[in-house]
Amino acid sequence: MADAGRHPNITLLTGSEVKSVKGYVGNFTAKILKKARFVHEDQCTACGDCAEVCPVVVPDEFNEGLSSRRAIYQPFPQAVPSAYVLDIKNCLGHDPIKCGKCAERCDKKCIDFDMKDEELEVKVGTIVVATGMEVYDPTVLDEYGYTRYANVLTSLELERLINAGGPTQGQVVRLSDRRRPRSVAFIQCVGSRSQKRGNPYCSNICCMNTIKSTLQLKEHYPDIDLKVFYIDIRAFGKGFEDLYRRSRLEGAQYVRGLPGAVREDPATGDLILTVENTATDKLEEHRAEMVVLATGVHPPEEMHIVQEMLALQKCSDGFYLEAHPKLQPVDSATKGIFFAGCAEGPKDIKESVTQASAAAARASRLMSPGRLLVEAITAEVHDEACTMCGICAKVCPYNAISFDKKSGRPAKVNEAACAGCGTCAAECPASAIHMHHFTDDQINAQIDAILEEDPHAVIPVFACNWCSYAGADFAGVSRMQYPANTRLIRTMCSGRVREDFVWRAFQRGAPVVLVSGCHIGDCHYIDANHWTEKRVKRMWRKMEKLGLRPERLQLEWISAAEGVRFRDVMQRMEELRQSVSAQELAETLRILQEEADRTAAKRETAA
Amino acid sequence: MSDDKQALEPRVGVYVCHCGLNIAGAVDCAAVAEYAEGLDNVVVARHDGYCCSEPGQNRIKEDIAQHRLNRVVVASCSPRLHEPTFRQCVAAAGLNPYLMEMANLREQCSWVHSHEPQAATAKAKDLVRSAVARTRGLSARHEIEVPMDQATLVIGGGVAGIQAALDLADDGFKVFLVEKQPSIGGMMARLDKTYPTMDCSI
Ligand SMILES: Cc1cc2nc3c(=O)[nH]c(=O)nc-3n(C[C@H](O)[C@H](O)[C@H](O)COP(=O)(O)OP(=O)(O)OC[C@H]3O[C@@H](n4cnc5c(N)ncnc54)[C@H](O)[C@@H]3O)c2cc1C
Ligand code: SF4
Ligand code: SF4
Ligand code: SF4
Repeated sequence: MADAGRHPNITLLTGSEVKSVKGYVGNFTAKILKKARFVHEDQCTACGDCAEVCPVVVPDEFNEGLSSRRAIYQPFPQAVPSAYVLDIKNCLGHDPIKCGKCAERCDKKCIDFDMKDEELEVKVGTIVVATGMEVYDPTVLDEYGYTRYANVLTSLELERLINAGGPTQGQVVRLSDRRRPRSVAFIQCVGSRSQKRGNPYCSNICCMNTIKSTLQLKEHYPDIDLKVFYIDIRAFGKGFEDLYRRSRLEGAQYVRGLPGAVREDPATGDLILTVENTATDKLEEHRAEMVVLATGVHPPEEMHIVQEMLALQKCSDGFYLEAHPKLQPVDSATKGIFFAGCAEGPKDIKESVTQASAAAARASRLMSPGRLLVEAITAEVHDEACTMCGICAKVCPYNAISFDKKSGRPAKVNEAACAGCGTCAAECPASAIHMHHFTDDQINAQIDAILEEDPHAVIPVFACNWCSYAGADFAGVSRMQYPANTRLIRTMCSGRVREDFVWRAFQRGAPVVLVSGCHIGDCHYIDANHWTEKRVKRMWRKMEKLGLRPERLQLEWISAAEGVRFRDVMQRMEELRQSVSAQELAETLRILQEEADRTAAKRETAA
Repeated sequence: MSDDKQALEPRVGVYVCHCGLNIAGAVDCAAVAEYAEGLDNVVVARHDGYCCSEPGQNRIKEDIAQHRLNRVVVASCSPRLHEPTFRQCVAAAGLNPYLMEMANLREQCSWVHSHEPQAATAKAKDLVRSAVARTRGLSARHEIEVPMDQATLVIGGGVAGIQAALDLADDGFKVFLVEKQPSIGGMMARLDKTYPTMDCSI
């Protein structure tokens, strides 16, 4: 920790938040808000004189509220940076009538009430997301009485009690009578592995953490009576089984079965656990002077802020989704962004560190050459065809198109800024934009090819590379079965799907068409899928007007993790397809032919 | 091969991969290859146990030289997995990597229609036909070189963020380590002893 504070290449920005990230791999620009600390961190020697005179006393969150701190404080003794911080919300204020004692007391004069929040802009080539996890709050699991009984704690509270630097200097005591408990019961899987409440996944660390706690308690208090209530003990890592065996040898008793309820004996503050022992099939009662809930972990409450800012994807359990679960375990689907630690899923320190080093190596490998080759999927305007309407410049999420009506010059794409979503090419009314590697001709050829043989039996699906196509891959990896008459056409972004493509599919006899992309807010091209949505809605209105059933064109958002959703959507598409009769198809062809004739006639008169 | 030559009349090679039994378990790969052979512009079509293996890739390279292929279709797994592999493969044989196209016969066919070999084979043929149709319109592309800022933003200063920051900083890169709390350390800073070594965490 201290190394990170000292390293000449590391700029430590604590009390800070990332406000926005723009750009792409190699060229990200991030805005960071560094909140005022009110103490100059480079001058503060952490002597603590200020805190001695501060009259404000508030619960100390670092100790889970088991102790108190002042309004000016150091989060914990080894904190980096090693400087005090002023909690302005609880501070009485600088005004001498109100307080201001700390500033008066500090000899070095490093307390500065006028300090302002600072906004910094940094340019980086890569990003590592290591936002970790949070501990499950057992308040909702009322049967364990966490809020009702003083002697029911969480594992994190026990961690703080047993810590020599903690609120009790390492003494484990009951909160009801400050007496050392003679017996402790641990309840495993609190908030984990439940389909009903809390989270369905295994939190990975709580079994080993409990085993560790039993050994610590036995070391401090050899005569203590310990019981662990569990579903199964997961001790699969290197050296883990050995600790588990030691815990049992030291006398900790492992009981298979989770208590249905915890009651307090009001006279003693002891707790009574009723449990169905699944090893003996007997209903048992156990008494303990303290109960520790082995709480699981979940993604941080505010994770969505960074997730949306970087357009990252989440798994169904809420943690970040890696580009490939086996082969690219620390890459995100966005080039240049990597995951480290619990941000990607619950794991212990060793795994977090391993993953962090892997992420660093992946980032390093990308940055070392000092330059980067980007895929040549970019847009280009055909000058002769451009009618100078300016729509492309308006829809481009990257502002990559320069257009000035007054100049009388056609629109121009800045190749380095173009990310290749294809929205401009889809929206250009003059078809003047050539989308390299995903040209109109290429996509039309694919549409024709899949509808060549028996179009009525086929379901054409436009799928974006990052989400829905990846979701289809995920359904595949999970071996989910769905109707075999689905045919995917991949584009980089759903924003690329031009109206003409859909009309063409219907003209070729497609009974139904699906356009699919990333969820709104998750688009890999900032917000290009907003244009997809607008376009599809526009088409629905047109279909309505023409007398075609709008539901034959479907729009679905399917993320890379939503294999199940992909399968379900395919099944629904097949039901929809079956609802389209031969007569309806014939009628469609007639309507679209008439419409095409009308447009052609109009064009002729215009010319 | 110059870009101009590659723009001539398409000469397509099609490679249908068995992926062991992953694809061949549901798709009749020989039938798909035979079908592909009959498509316009297809000069050669083969099926192979593992296209991504060294012999598999060498076969493609040899064909590019021997049959003067200027387009390649690999019908195997998802392009999200092996597009870089096969792009490199054709590039090594002098073909512009953007003239290689994949048909996804594994994630989007054999694995999801495992009990319907006939339907899966029919779909595989359609996917190959669609890929071949697409390759006809492909043109050579050259990747754009962009500058790379040699700095990293690390969001979160727990043990993972700290480790990543230190590794990158030691490698000589500038690192901005952003932590929302007043101190770095994250969860680990709150632990006393940690498993499996049972030593102090900080
Ligand atoms: C009770 C308990 C006991 C444990 N015991 C052990 C043990 O004995 N041995 C072991 O190996 N593991 C143990 N673990 C697991 C260990 O704590 C984790 O493996 C480790 O802390 C993960 O590190 P991390 O950096 O990924 O996440 P964290 O430690 O959660 O750190 C994430 C950091 O990111 C910051 N952050 C989050 N969001 C943002 C944002 N938007 N902007 C800026 N900063 C942000 C957070 O403030 C935090 O500092 C235990 C966990 C718990 C809960
Ligand atoms: S000014 Fe605020 S921080 Fe300083 S002593 Fe008073 S209450 Fe404490
Ligand atoms: S392809 Fe997308 S990013 Fe590129 S210019 Fe068009 S709209 Fe902008
Ligand atoms: S190319 Fe893909 S499908 Fe073929 S063997 Fe390799 S992994 Fe399997």
